[in-house]
Amino acid sequence: MSDSSIDLRGVMCPINFVKTKLKLEAMNPGEILEVILDSGDPIQNVPKSIKEEGHKIVEVKKEGDFFRLKVQRS
Amino acid sequence: MTDHFIEDKTTKVTVAVDGTEAQKFDFNDLKSGGFIKQRQKDLFTVRLRCPGGRLSTEKLLEISKIAHKYSKKGVVHFSFRQSLEILYVDYKEFSNVVAELEKIGQKVASCGPRVRVPTACGGCEYNPNGLTDTQKMADMVDKTFFGTPTPHKFKTSFSGCPIDCARTKEMDMGFQGVVDPTWEEESCTGCTICSEACKEDAIASDPDTGKPIFDPVKCLFCGDCIRACPTEAWKPKRYGHIVRIGGKHGRHPMEAVEVCSFLPDEKVPDAIKMTIDWYNANGKRGERIGNALKRVGLDNYLKHMEPVFQNTAKAGA
Repeated sequence: MSDSSIDLRGVMCPINFVKTKLKLEAMNPGEILEVILDSGDPIQNVPKSIKEEGHKIVEVKKEGDFFRLKVQRS
Repeated sequence: MTDHFIEDKTTKVTVAVDGTEAQKFDFNDLKSGGFIKQRQKDLFTVRLRCPGGRLSTEKLLEISKIAHKYSKKGVVHFSFRQSLEILYVDYKEFSNVVAELEKIGQKVASCGPRVRVPTACGGCEYNPNGLTDTQKMADMVDKTFFGTPTPHKFKTSFSGCPIDCARTKEMDMGFQGVVDPTWEEESCTGCTICSEACKEDAIASDPDTGKPIFDPVKCLFCGDCIRACPTEAWKPKRYGHIVRIGGKHGRHPMEAVEVCSFLPDEKVPDAIKMTIDWYNANGKRGERIGNALKRVGLDNYLKHMEPVFQNTAKAGA
């Protein structure tokens, strides 16, 4: 389903966003990155920043204490 | 009224300018011009006018040169209201300093009973949280109202969002950015990010569909839901300002009261003008607007402001 995956559980803001950004930049436009984020600060901040960078969040699933996002690289 | 800036209100000093002409300085004029007496004999602080604390790097370079030339100690200070102050300037050199600053388009600020230089955060131009163009508003207030005489000092500020870095609750008149969020069911996927993104618990998620249940009473109108929503189901309906009146810090701090919950940009100049009119008509000399409001009554002020504040329905309404 996704071309790449990054598990950011336990990674603090804004390092989690920077890691997501770097991963996305290494991918090709249109490819899908799976991002796993903790609830709380990470889920409050990282999706906003991903959007502001121009990428698209195509799927969000809550799984207990964390979120599984699918992000399409711009 | 006590003036803390220049104690001697009557002294006129004859100063030789350029070694030839003699010019009289009236210390009463000086205080309106942002020259603040220092402990040290003959030395003053020259406060520059930097609305919103923003300067071009080009201007900053030129200011640095002037500060380096005229500050006897070679130091500047960032004032609490975002303006740059050149310290240790000899009053005999005021005309030269002002002339050199004038050449690069840099004005001197003010002290005393008048509208002061507005302060502002970065605003929506570059700050991701920013909802209003606070810098543009600060510039407008500076150009339109700076120096207008009032019974006592009149401080304004602009915050771009409810985090309120510009401390609008401590201003004589403060403007804090808000956005009215609106939600469209069709584009919502029930992902629940908005309810996670909301720091105020104003959005709950429906246990079955995941779709938001919005509580406008808890909402601070910060726009986090709009920014976090992956599908643009949350959209900005309109942007505006919460208006707060009568705050101050100092020896006896007072918290400003909210008098308008959603004022659009274009009504801000009118709101300030009408407020200054009310203050000048009702305030006693040396009385801050917060104390004038306490004495005369908030209702009196609100009635005066009706033409501006009417039809500015609360956000979320």
